[in-house]
Amino acid sequence: MDGEPLVRWRWIGDHLGYLWGLLRDHAVISLVPVLIGLALALPLGLLCTRFPRLYQPLAAVFNVVYALPSLAVFVVLIPYTGLATQATVMIPLACYALAVLLPTTVDGLRAVPEPVRQAATALGYGPWRRLAAVELPSAVPYLVAGLRVAAVSSISLASVGALVGRGGLGYLFIDGFQRTFPTPIVAGIVLVALLALVTDAVLLLARRLLAPWAVRETVVGR
Amino acid sequence: MNWFSWLSTFFTDPDRLHGPDSIVHRVGEHLILTGEALGLAIVLAVPLGLLLGYTGRAAALVTALTGAARALPTLGLVTLAVLLAGVGDTAVLVPLVALAAPVLLVAACEGVRGTDPDLRDAARGIGLTHPQVLWQVCVPWALPALLAGLRTAAVQVIATATVAAYVGLGGLGRYVVDGLATKDFPQTLGGALLVVLLAVATQLLFAALNRFALPAGLRRR
Repeated sequence: MDGEPLVRWRWIGDHLGYLWGLLRDHAVISLVPVLIGLALALPLGLLCTRFPRLYQPLAAVFNVVYALPSLAVFVVLIPYTGLATQATVMIPLACYALAVLLPTTVDGLRAVPEPVRQAATALGYGPWRRLAAVELPSAVPYLVAGLRVAAVSSISLASVGALVGRGGLGYLFIDGFQRTFPTPIVAGIVLVALLALVTDAVLLLARRLLAPWAVRETVVGR
Repeated sequence: MNWFSWLSTFFTDPDRLHGPDSIVHRVGEHLILTGEALGLAIVLAVPLGLLLGYTGRAAALVTALTGAARALPTLGLVTLAVLLAGVGDTAVLVPLVALAAPVLLVAACEGVRGTDPDLRDAARGIGLTHPQVLWQVCVPWALPALLAGLRTAAVQVIATATVAAYVGLGGLGRYVVDGLATKDFPQTLGGALLVVLLAVATQLLFAALNRFALPAGLRRR
């Protein structure tokens, strides 16, 4: 490493297309699982509010799942999904996302004040219409809070997938380490952090559009 | 080949019982690294977090800091640290502490900040000084939050210490990484299983500790 600068800008300039490709792969393997997690968390969360007895055991299971080291889970899946496939990395990431999103979904659905719920019923809303028009919109701030945590951790965890052959930007860490060449590693860290930052900003924007009241409420609450 | 034969290949290997590649030795290495990182993170983050929580300053900054820390890729930090400082525990301790410290900082800060204001006022009212209020009222109140933070940090450090085997460190990650490199799947799988067991055991330990964490005066109020 003697005399090697931390960043060789020329290398970055020469590899822009390559970095862009890795960034896109990274976005897919880290964010699609979050969407899958959300798609599973909504019905499961509804079930849990309908049958409250389900929630405690499910929450306990996902608490344990969330604590499993990602590398170990990737490895355990290899016999079923194969080395260096997207599924090996995406299935565990979807489980982590679900583990974060289930409690926030349940909290969100439970956050509707009882008088509001009753008012909706009194106005003639059936259970489905009440869900779509009252309960889900009220849950949006909670869902976004959960999605922010889930998306950002998913983006940073996906790079560990490089050790099992599919990690998007994580490949830059392996590449740089094997060649004792810090530039790709620095580029990888910066791009992962940027992707996380942009995703976070998009989620905040989504909350603004879907639940404009939430921003004001948090400020008042503090 | 199936799970049973993979795992029996791994666990009956004589190397797993004796010597530097034995399970006991690897678990020991893993626990020592995790302990060192957590210990350092506690010393650095908890006092500061308690103080910030008590004064109520910089709370927004603390929250933003953890968000940013979560976005950093562990594998990138570990490989960069080793390239810059050479293989060794010290090089890897830096990213491990950098990951654990923000979690503990927020836990300490939020835990103290959440203290019932009436309790704090009452404590001041009966003549306790600020350091006494912090130590005798706020810290006990924050203990469950602190333990929860410690649990998150511990689990995270255990997972990252596994990844650190890639840059040449010991611990259970050795099995996973060596197995992947030599296409020795039983070894990879056995290592992964041991890591999972260690993580679950840590969770259970903290769940047990949590029962004693809440001060007697705060139980069943």
